[in-house]
Amino acid sequence: MTKTFDWIKAHTLGFVAILIFVFLIAPNAVMLLFSFNQPANKYNFVWHKFSLNAWKNPCASADMCSSIKLSITIAIITMILATALGTMVAFAMMRYRFQGRTFLNVLLFLPMAAPEVTMGITLMTFFYNTTGSNSLGFDTIIIAHVMFSLSYVVVTVKARLAGMDPTLENAAADLYATPFQTFRRVTLPLVMPGILAAALLSFALSIDDYIITVLTAGNEVTFPMYVYSSFQHSVPAQIDVIGSTMLLITLAGITFAQVPQIIKTRKA
Amino acid sequence: MNTLEAVGDLRLTGLTKRFGSFTAVDDLDLTIPQGSFFALLGASGCGKTTTLRMVSGLEDPTAGRIYIGDTEVTSTKPYKRPVNTVFQNYALFPHLNIYDNVAFGLRRRGVKDVKKQVDDILALVELAHLAKRKPTQLSGGQQQRVAVARALINQPQVLLLDEPLGALDLKLRRQMQIELKRIQTEVGLTFVHVTHDQEEAMTMADTIAVMSAGRIEQLGSPEELYENPATTFVANFLGQSNLVAGTVTGKEDGVITVDTHGVRIALPESRSRVESGAVIVGVRPEKVELAAGNAAIESGRNALPGGVVTDASFIGVSTQYLVKMPWGQELSVFEQNTGKEIYRPGAEVTLHWDATQTFGLDGSQDIEAGAEIDDEAAK
Ligand SMILES: Nc1ncnc2c1ncn2[C@@H]1O[C@H](COP(=O)(O)OP(=O)(O)OP(=O)(O)O)[C@@H](O)[C@H]1O
Ligand SMILES: [Mg+2]
Repeated sequence: MTKTFDWIKAHTLGFVAILIFVFLIAPNAVMLLFSFNQPANKYNFVWHKFSLNAWKNPCASADMCSSIKLSITIAIITMILATALGTMVAFAMMRYRFQGRTFLNVLLFLPMAAPEVTMGITLMTFFYNTTGSNSLGFDTIIIAHVMFSLSYVVVTVKARLAGMDPTLENAAADLYATPFQTFRRVTLPLVMPGILAAALLSFALSIDDYIITVLTAGNEVTFPMYVYSSFQHSVPAQIDVIGSTMLLITLAGITFAQVPQIIKTRKA
Repeated sequence: MNTLEAVGDLRLTGLTKRFGSFTAVDDLDLTIPQGSFFALLGASGCGKTTTLRMVSGLEDPTAGRIYIGDTEVTSTKPYKRPVNTVFQNYALFPHLNIYDNVAFGLRRRGVKDVKKQVDDILALVELAHLAKRKPTQLSGGQQQRVAVARALINQPQVLLLDEPLGALDLKLRRQMQIELKRIQTEVGLTFVHVTHDQEEAMTMADTIAVMSAGRIEQLGSPEELYENPATTFVANFLGQSNLVAGTVTGKEDGVITVDTHGVRIALPESRSRVESGAVIVGVRPEKVELAAGNAAIESGRNALPGGVVTDASFIGVSTQYLVKMPWGQELSVFEQNTGKEIYRPGAEVTLHWDATQTFGLDGSQDIEAGAEIDDEAAK
């Protein structure tokens, strides 16, 4: 009796971990599976028969591929702008005492806390009243995406900076490093993991945003918008192909990022 | 003039640092001769690190000036001072390996070929085999040695060491003490060595400054400080002292007579800080001997009769006694093991010592100052 009990006790954690893993992996597995489906009708919802068609021909719908191109372009530009600006804001907030610092802190949490719909509508109204209704399009999407990614970047980089031992910069200065050299040789390398994480985060936030994008896009159609609107008349297997590709790229990226670490531990 | 090439004594004048209304360093005047080994000794929080940070330029003084030789460096940027620091928390760069940590200072000054120097200094601190490791993969003591090497390799005019040996075990500590002292004598750098450990300060330093609450209590050679403490704080903090309150009753031929609890004590005038009124007479425990009961004590020696042994610990080379005096105070006595009788607790004894070994302090001070702190540090 106690033996069974002990066995359960010893394995509960592992069991729960497996459940959570399944829970997380299931949608992705379904997506991967259905990318190999040849749907019986326009909706790729029911398994019909195995086929490589969708993979061989990912751009069956030209609109879909141009929407992907647009989404990736926007995500890259957003990532660069938000990461650069957010990193600077984070440094300013950590290093300087200035009027309104606390207020800025609250302000930064606003985009994270405010409902997305509200933000989208507000932005649309803002653009209507400043640059005019014709201005909605690529530029306004970028502005909106940079705006909502910025907070996440600042928070991520700030956390990394706060965790840094301030005597390290003292030590660099003590060892003849000018402020610029201290930044380049000590501060930046130490904060870099935070900056990279922030960049990834802003890319991910931008590429799958729907609500704010729809309200600021004008005539542009991003990938999430394409998927959502195509839902009205068809769901081609190509959507699963794109989703799977993104997943595989992400996985490959994460694995690749860890390779140097693994090699190092092996060597040591 | 290039401040990096400033040469000479390190001079602090009126150096003060306040954090808000709290004064961490209070009007410090100090000259540390070039090439000397200077120890800054004091209890936790007395302002040692703050003083070093002002010398290295990491903290701006509220008032006062800092000179190296004739060059004033009070507001010189830290990276333009010929000063390096071994930080209390090591502050090794976690993203660089040991080799690059140690080479950091040389490279920033544009030294091209650093390999030989880095290899030499790593060999000196016995870490050559760990050059490729990251700081987190080192033990506390090894990290401390890297911190010493990283500062020392630059051969600065002034090397500031903020408790650089705190994390080392006794053997390594002694070894590093000898090594540091050897390097200092060889290269002739000025070392300012902050420590809690009075034994370390006494064995290594030419000059010791005892610091308390942001001020220098006393400054001098180890012998001077030990034999002639200026305050009760120094007497209690640096080693142990038996301090007894009394009143001056007379003075004759360079000898002051003091009445302590009804007993007459002779005190050499040259070793007393006061010549009249309230006085605290002191004697180090190892200078005191015990005699049974009320045995007659030869002349030329001070005697305090009527003590009762409350504790006797035999530790081989000596026996440490605690003796309760008729007025309630407990005094300590370290008697060397010369084959003499060992007194058991309860035994009645008279304390006696060579009168010239007595020192006198201003009677208006707290007799216990510095004593509790020392006990804590010893733990
Ligand atoms: N940045 C600061 N702001 C406010 N108070 C400070 C600051 N730095 C130090 N202090 C205070 O100044 C006093 C002296 O600090 P310091 O670090 O110089 O002590 P220390 O003698 O080095 O002590 P320890 O032996 O524990 O290292 C302490 O009471 C400390 O609390
Ligand atoms: Mg300190």
